[in-house]
Amino acid sequence: MKRFIALLLLAFGMNAAYAEGHKMTVPPNAKWKEECSSCHIAYPPKLLTADNWEKMMGGLNKHFGANAELDAKDNKEILDFLKKHAGDSTRYSSTSLRISDTPWFKREHRSVAAKEWVHPEVKSKSNCSACHQNVARGYSEHDVRMPGGKRWEEEEDDDD
Amino acid sequence: MTAKKVTLALLLLTGSAQALAETPQDFVAKYTAEAGAGFKPSAARGKSFFTKEFGANKDMPSCSTCHTKDINTKGKHAITGKVIEPLSPAANAERFTTAKKVEKWFKRNCNEVVGRECTPAEKADFIQFAIEGGKA
Repeated sequence: MKRFIALLLLAFGMNAAYAEGHKMTVPPNAKWKEECSSCHIAYPPKLLTADNWEKMMGGLNKHFGANAELDAKDNKEILDFLKKHAGDSTRYSSTSLRISDTPWFKREHRSVAAKEWVHPEVKSKSNCSACHQNVARGYSEHDVRMPGGKRWEEEEDDDD
Repeated sequence: MTAKKVTLALLLLTGSAQALAETPQDFVAKYTAEAGAGFKPSAARGKSFFTKEFGANKDMPSCSTCHTKDINTKGKHAITGKVIEPLSPAANAERFTTAKKVEKWFKRNCNEVVGRECTPAEKADFIQFAIEGGKA
């Protein structure tokens, strides 16, 4: 029975994250999960390049306005993990180190109206879970709810 | 002895005691010892440290900017908006129970708000204040 539950959990986890039609599996790493999700969701490693992650982890004492310093050992362990699973194309590269400035992010969100980003329930592009329900557990386009509770599909229908 | 008991005994013996939860009082004792002979922790000093405006960071002049002056309520990060659980162990049982977390947040917040690392005396005073619930 235990093994069965473990298998089920595994199957679930593998199903986890999809984006732009392909799998965005996030490999498990306890340290990354714990440290990187204490202020925001733990953003998947592949959403920035290895070079971006290196710069990010080198400047955690000034992390987008907050001090997020780690001890050297944890920093290295997390950086190694991020680099190993980092994005491997310029689509995931961001000179500002913000994921929301990558070509990938901009393209994926090109149909989102400007007013949605400043909605009080959203406030920041870093707030994925404002629209992506359960995003911390994985991504599914069916899980999108726009501010005010509307389904994303309905939004598109409105435009027809 | 069953295998489980042996494993448990082994775990206890091999330093996983480190992973066992500590108490806020343990940290006061630890920092008091580090502060040197003659030092006595003071909740009153901890309280004035907590509300003091250090001027190192204009967005976060004092600890209470984000944590609010009532340590029994939730706070909010001045820049990121992140909700911060209460500082008081009475209101938040997880406070000051893990050495690694305590050190991590002292390092971050002292550097950011005070403009330097905090001294063991300041840490002892501060946790003493948190334990006494601000009624100093």
